[in-house]
Amino acid sequence: MTDAVLMEARDLRRHYAVGGGMFGKRGTVRAVDGVSFTLGAGDTLAIVGESGCGKSTLARMATLMEPPTEGELLIDGAPTANADAQERRKLRLSVQMVFQNPYGSLNPRKTVGAILEEPLIINKRGDHAARVAAVRAMMAKVGLREDQYGRYPHMFSGGQRQRIAIARALMLNPRVVVADEPVSALDVSIQAQVLNLLMDLQDEFRLAYLFISHDLSVVRHIAREVLVMYCGRPVEHGAKEAIFAQPRHPYTRVLLAATPSADRRARPVAEPVRGEPPSPLAPPPGCAFASRCPHATDRCTAERPELREVDGQRVACHHAEAIG
Amino acid sequence: MSSTASAPVQATGAAARPMPGTLRLFWRSFAENRGAVLGLSITLVLIVVALLADVVAPHSPIEQFRDNFLTPPVWAQGGTARFLLGTDDVGRDILSRLIFGARLSLLIGIAVVALSLAVGTVLGLLAAFAGGFVDVAIMRMMDIVLVFPSLLLAIVIVAILGPGLFNAMIAVAIVTLPSYTRLTRAAALSELARDYVTATRCAGAGPLRLMFNTVLPNCVAPLIVQATLGFATAILDAAALGFLGLGAQPPTPEWGTMLAGALQFYQRAWWVLAFPGLAILLTVLAFNLFGDGLRDALDPKLRR
Repeated sequence: MTDAVLMEARDLRRHYAVGGGMFGKRGTVRAVDGVSFTLGAGDTLAIVGESGCGKSTLARMATLMEPPTEGELLIDGAPTANADAQERRKLRLSVQMVFQNPYGSLNPRKTVGAILEEPLIINKRGDHAARVAAVRAMMAKVGLREDQYGRYPHMFSGGQRQRIAIARALMLNPRVVVADEPVSALDVSIQAQVLNLLMDLQDEFRLAYLFISHDLSVVRHIAREVLVMYCGRPVEHGAKEAIFAQPRHPYTRVLLAATPSADRRARPVAEPVRGEPPSPLAPPPGCAFASRCPHATDRCTAERPELREVDGQRVACHHAEAIG
Repeated sequence: MSSTASAPVQATGAAARPMPGTLRLFWRSFAENRGAVLGLSITLVLIVVALLADVVAPHSPIEQFRDNFLTPPVWAQGGTARFLLGTDDVGRDILSRLIFGARLSLLIGIAVVALSLAVGTVLGLLAAFAGGFVDVAIMRMMDIVLVFPSLLLAIVIVAILGPGLFNAMIAVAIVTLPSYTRLTRAAALSELARDYVTATRCAGAGPLRLMFNTVLPNCVAPLIVQATLGFATAILDAAALGFLGLGAQPPTPEWGTMLAGALQFYQRAWWVLAFPGLAILLTVLAFNLFGDGLRDALDPKLRR
């Protein structure tokens, strides 16, 4: 199933300098702190974690909107860090994005046709007739009617808008699509439609998805691989089946236990979680989850666990074997 | 074959459909405000009068009727139907001067607003997009302009450039520049944070396209309102400069200049002062009412 690697992240880090006004102390927020993954054609990697864990920063780095502070991002085997403007532009076009909020991601002053045509105009692809034909073909693919070509975004529902946004992302034939919570703003019934559309399009175009979500039931539906993040660091990374069947990291277990399920017996035993995530300004020296973890020992607060292989999964926990 | 032929027609039909609805909705919420409609009507009358000045005005604005110095208006004692609003101290028909003055005032308004709107928009977009040093430099420069009382600064600029209508317009344009710059910058900053801008950037759009094609059309509503209100300010400021002898030079029939020339007669001939003053008052009031109405109609938060 895994073909050539389309996107590879090696130990990506993104740090922000904050504060440091006239009297304040300068601090560093480690929004993303050492994330690695590979993504092949037709793959879906889900990035999971709570708000503020660095998911969206990772998305911005993956779309080359922001350079990583450290680490390397390779697209199609080509490093992005030292690429000149021309090359960067080319690389950037092979990664497109679908946003969370379909109400903010479409230009309210442009018609659907204009929105979809714009990427082609910017990149000078084809003449007007060819572009219009391409737009109409793409509209049909994502399930928009032909007569909706000249309508404005405000005339559409959330699900239809998200279809437009997906169509726009695909206009340039990207290899990788970064989807930043693409269905979390939609009704549950519409969520399924959009997810199925995404999966159909993936099959058709051999797309790779970097799928960012905090909704585990959505992830279970679409992902092949899952990367769980906490406080900017990856805590567990592995195949979807393995992670859902046997989560090794206590944080993953808590996340899974918090997922609502209609089947009472299918629900894992909820482990209580106390407190708040630590401030990203002053991360603790040991495991970031230690203060909330039911399995925490002295070792956890003193020594930071690194990602290591446990039964085919990669887990950042000192007690992974005992917990699994 | 037939489907491809009918497609563009369909597209334009669908594109045209939303606009009348939006316009009608806009007009309905605009018409709710009676003051705004009044302002708009006065403005329209003023525009028509200014355009047809040659036809409407009974006399030439600079022709002196030597045997009719300071003739009172027609309804006062000693007035004649020949000079409806009377004549000034050198025998020029005040009504004709006011009509030709309307042309000048509108010209001043349009020129000043166009100049400061164009420059202010570009500066504001530049500040919002570039950020950092450019942003600080542009905005502090605008703050410096704002520090001075506007008329005082305009006087300084005219003093440097030399008096005259054209220089007065430049001076007023510079003085009103900060409001457009700040407005554009604020609107652009809030639009820049929206996802559709990121999406366009993702598609490879350059900064110029982002500025003028993506962000600017979404910032126009507050700018239209500011431009309408700025029209009134421009006319008022230009009249003030004219009054101080720094704007249009006599015998140009500019309203402020007319006031200045008539100042010494205010006890003997009130009409020489009252009518140009009233003309300024009415015009400024009309544009302010119109601008207020526009703002209310364009702001969805104020819409009932």
